[in-house]
Amino acid sequence: MQLKPFTTQRIWILIGYAAAAAALFSAPLFVSDFRLNLLAKFLAFAIVALGLDLIWGYTGILSLGHGIFFGLGAYAMAMYLKLEASGGRPPDFMGWSGLKELPLFWKPFEYFGFAVAMGIIIPALLALVLGYFTFRNRIRGVYFTILTQAIVIITTTLLIGQQAYTGGTNGVTGYSTLLGFPLASPDTKRVLYWVTVAALIGIFVFCRFVIGSRFGKVLRAIRDGENRIRFIGYNPAVYQMVIFTISAGIAGIAGMLFVLHVGIISPSMLGIVPSIEMVLWVAIGGRGTLIGAALGAILMNWAKSEFSTAYPEGWLFFMGLLFVVVVVFMPKGVAGLVSQLKVRKKRREPKNEGVRNPAV
Amino acid sequence: MERRLFYQYCLLLIAVSLVLAGCGGNNKAASTNEATNAPTEAANSGTSAEGEIKVGILHSQSGTMAISEVSVIDAELMAIEEINAAGGVLGKKIVPVLEDGASDWPTFAEKARKLISEDKVATVFGGWTSASRKAMKPVFEELNGLLWYPVQYEGLEASPNIFYTGATTNQQIVPSVSWLLENRGKKFYLLGSDYVFPRTANLIIKEQLKAEGGDLVGEEYTPLGHTDYSTIISKIKEAKPDVVYNTLNGDSNVAFFKQLKDAGITAQDMTTLSVSVAEEEIRGIGVDVLEGHLAAWNYYQTTDTPANKTFVENYKKKYGDDRVTADPIEAGYTAVYLWAAAVEKAGSTDVAKVKEAAKELEWDAPGGKVKIDGETQHIYKTVRIGEVQADGQFKELWNSGEAVMPDPYLKGYDWAASIQPTE
Repeated sequence: MQLKPFTTQRIWILIGYAAAAAALFSAPLFVSDFRLNLLAKFLAFAIVALGLDLIWGYTGILSLGHGIFFGLGAYAMAMYLKLEASGGRPPDFMGWSGLKELPLFWKPFEYFGFAVAMGIIIPALLALVLGYFTFRNRIRGVYFTILTQAIVIITTTLLIGQQAYTGGTNGVTGYSTLLGFPLASPDTKRVLYWVTVAALIGIFVFCRFVIGSRFGKVLRAIRDGENRIRFIGYNPAVYQMVIFTISAGIAGIAGMLFVLHVGIISPSMLGIVPSIEMVLWVAIGGRGTLIGAALGAILMNWAKSEFSTAYPEGWLFFMGLLFVVVVVFMPKGVAGLVSQLKVRKKRREPKNEGVRNPAV
Repeated sequence: MERRLFYQYCLLLIAVSLVLAGCGGNNKAASTNEATNAPTEAANSGTSAEGEIKVGILHSQSGTMAISEVSVIDAELMAIEEINAAGGVLGKKIVPVLEDGASDWPTFAEKARKLISEDKVATVFGGWTSASRKAMKPVFEELNGLLWYPVQYEGLEASPNIFYTGATTNQQIVPSVSWLLENRGKKFYLLGSDYVFPRTANLIIKEQLKAEGGDLVGEEYTPLGHTDYSTIISKIKEAKPDVVYNTLNGDSNVAFFKQLKDAGITAQDMTTLSVSVAEEEIRGIGVDVLEGHLAAWNYYQTTDTPANKTFVENYKKKYGDDRVTADPIEAGYTAVYLWAAAVEKAGSTDVAKVKEAAKELEWDAPGGKVKIDGETQHIYKTVRIGEVQADGQFKELWNSGEAVMPDPYLKGYDWAASIQPTE
């Protein structure tokens, strides 16, 4: 990552980031336990959005299947939590599904380290395999997107059908402790919140690093002209596979944090609708900007929570209105608003930053 | 010039959103009466004002489950209104706080947490699917809240923080299987949607068939929302069962019964008994296809009790003549009255005191006399098997006579030993 000179603008941006980080870390001082729990959930969603932005905003691959990667991470953590709650015995749902013995593949999830590793490795591995068969065969654009949707259907059907092993539609819920600390206690929740903030900041910095590197430049080149980059001598498939795998791993981390905050994971959370919602967060926030993706996830979910509380019967209309407003008036999302206003002020041509050639 | 245009857009936008907000408010007032406008104000003021008791109502008002759950909300709001009109509880007015579970299980958990810790409601009436209940259960146990769950379900659960006013398996499925074995034949074909309730229910039915001399000739699951039953119907034709035990849910019932009729199989040729088809579903599926088919519930709109007469009358008066009452609607209505009676008896809305007071509490519900079982927090209910009539209502063929004691873990049945939890 090359060092840029410290212009005033850059210093202001850095101060802005530092202030945001400080605000996030000190949030437990100002908000109630319930709000903190909500915020923690939104931050977990922001992490998925970052990963999605890497592949969609920067590489031009639209995945409508990130729900699975998120879900696999979540299930890995849920299996650990469930086993800890049941003391290593078969969890309750196995009992009412007619299973008396703990299946073999559940056993290692008793160990926290194993569960966390699997929460990243399983989604990443699935993405790698999927990427291997698609990118190498130059399947891209809509075709890739449709494939990801197919994978979503397959995964959810499998999870629902194998009730004895996965908890079926009910999913996995009813946890008690994490590494011996009760999940219900406000202290544990606060620590988990800080862990989430740290993870978000860490992943944000990591994504910045990836984008700033030569690797990141190739990614953008793939987005803007895949054939050209091939003629120059790069193999786009390798880059696409790597970034898709990274993105899936990030979604897995988000899923693990989600389960810790929400206390349930079920197949409905990795279905088609949540997968598309994740893409919407990035679109609303502004794809091609990391901060936009994260903000989009937080804002959308906050709006959903607030609207549904204020108007339990009509909140979906407000969400719809919000989408329309953003799509019509802010084609570059919330993050693009600043530059959009600047452009209006100066009445110049838009700068060539952000997304030039939309992939889909 | 351009900037002015931008501002004009913004103004237009604000105007549109204001209009929409107005509409939202109006709709709410129109559909669920004026009581619902109060909660948001009450919620903002934090702790409940003097002379008011806040209760949460948490069902899906959007998403796939809304169609079923909205009627339960209506029944619960009606019960609250009636109680308020009669002087409230402990001399205080009940104020409902509505939240939308959005057919999404984590949303149910989130909103339950919000109702208990932010709104500080005395109790919550809510849930429909087992998944939504399972999602809310840890929240209620953690925050020591109180949930009233109004739908029949697969049993094998008894949370200290939940009252179950719907039937458990021994109040619906088990007696209906026994009745079918006695009256309709031994060969059973199990058909269900692929989720927890049908799978668990069928696990129980299979054990019962083994013990009571029935034969299992087939078992099929289809995904929720599945609409093509031609293959399954041919399998059914081939297997020639005496009874198809139907645990399909939602839209699938429409497709299944239509295609069954198209295949030339009528209720005279083969018995089907459904556990998720009530009066409301009959309206959706069509009486012509369903006539003569059976269902097992604890309540029908036609159930002949004095309490039901006024209940149906009031419900229709309030929500329209075209509306029907059904088992979960009655259970939601009953839940509100049972809670109010327990609070009155306890002299407080404190969860522990209400639970204590609720033990062995009796009430004349529209579906017959009910009693809360202190140990399991389920209620005693009368089992009823009904046949769909040409007018879209049920004719009761059999009932259990007296209210059946709830037995969520089927401890009273020797054959169920393998289903009971090991702990």
